[in-house]
Amino acid sequence: MFEPIGNETLRTMKILVNVMPKPSVLDPQGAAAAEALKHLGLAGVGRVRIGKIVEIELPDNTEESEIHRAARELLSNPVIEDYSITK
Amino acid sequence: MKFAVIRFPGSNCDQDCVLALNAIPGASADFVWHKDTSLAGFDAVVVPGGFSYGDYLRCGAIARFSPIMQAVKSFAASGGTVLGICNGFQILCESGLLPGALVRNKGLHFVCKHQHLRVESTNSRFTRAATKGQVLNIPIAHGEGCYFADDATLAALNANDQILVRYCDTQGQTTEASNPNGSRENIAGICNPKCLRPNAPPRTRLRPRPR
Repeated sequence: MFEPIGNETLRTMKILVNVMPKPSVLDPQGAAAAEALKHLGLAGVGRVRIGKIVEIELPDNTEESEIHRAARELLSNPVIEDYSITK
Repeated sequence: MKFAVIRFPGSNCDQDCVLALNAIPGASADFVWHKDTSLAGFDAVVVPGGFSYGDYLRCGAIARFSPIMQAVKSFAASGGTVLGICNGFQILCESGLLPGALVRNKGLHFVCKHQHLRVESTNSRFTRAATKGQVLNIPIAHGEGCYFADDATLAALNANDQILVRYCDTQGQTTEASNPNGSRENIAGICNPKCLRPNAPPRTRLRPRPR
């Protein structure tokens, strides 16, 4: 995607920050969804965990370390969640 | 003693706090808007409950970036007393002023009822008027009050006497059945090391105890 800024063009990218509760943290939402999936008739339902995905548009040249900083310091809470980044 | 009650968009227990604090002889309370940047003139800060910023992202995650929170952090760092209740507790955890985090109640339900708490430590400025082992009966109301901290953090909290109250039954037993939200070790309230009595500044210790 190109967005004109003045006389220059800036290439942007979309990145996905995937945030999941740590395995050691209770995930009652996941447990409730697991029960509901069984009621739906889905066979062999194991553990279900519910996290979130944050999609961010950023300039193409954004430093990897800056994306990690955002994921670590705001988008996830390292006490209870793990994150991964997909470009 | 003058209390600041921080008001975020979505705070809903701020008026209760001001009402309660103004009822204490010798105490007065005023609202401080989250866009304010100064706590000058205040002796203590209360971060009240509610749903700051609609609980977007995580409870308390956005409130941490409010201008007033920089002042609250400096206030706490210089030994000032900061009390976080409910969403305020979440905000203090998200801000790094308290260890751990609060997640969705184990039973998924919003819990609103009277609950027994056992006083674990009287070594803090928050619990010094209580006796160790005393059972209190207080109202609770929260949907995300399940306290989580890793094993190392829990061990440090225990070792440093930072756990102030735990959920218990009428007899003061901290059973699983008396834990309303799945909090680790039935923890209902903690403090940071600066609030332990030996570190309390004389200014705070000389104040009359609120009754």
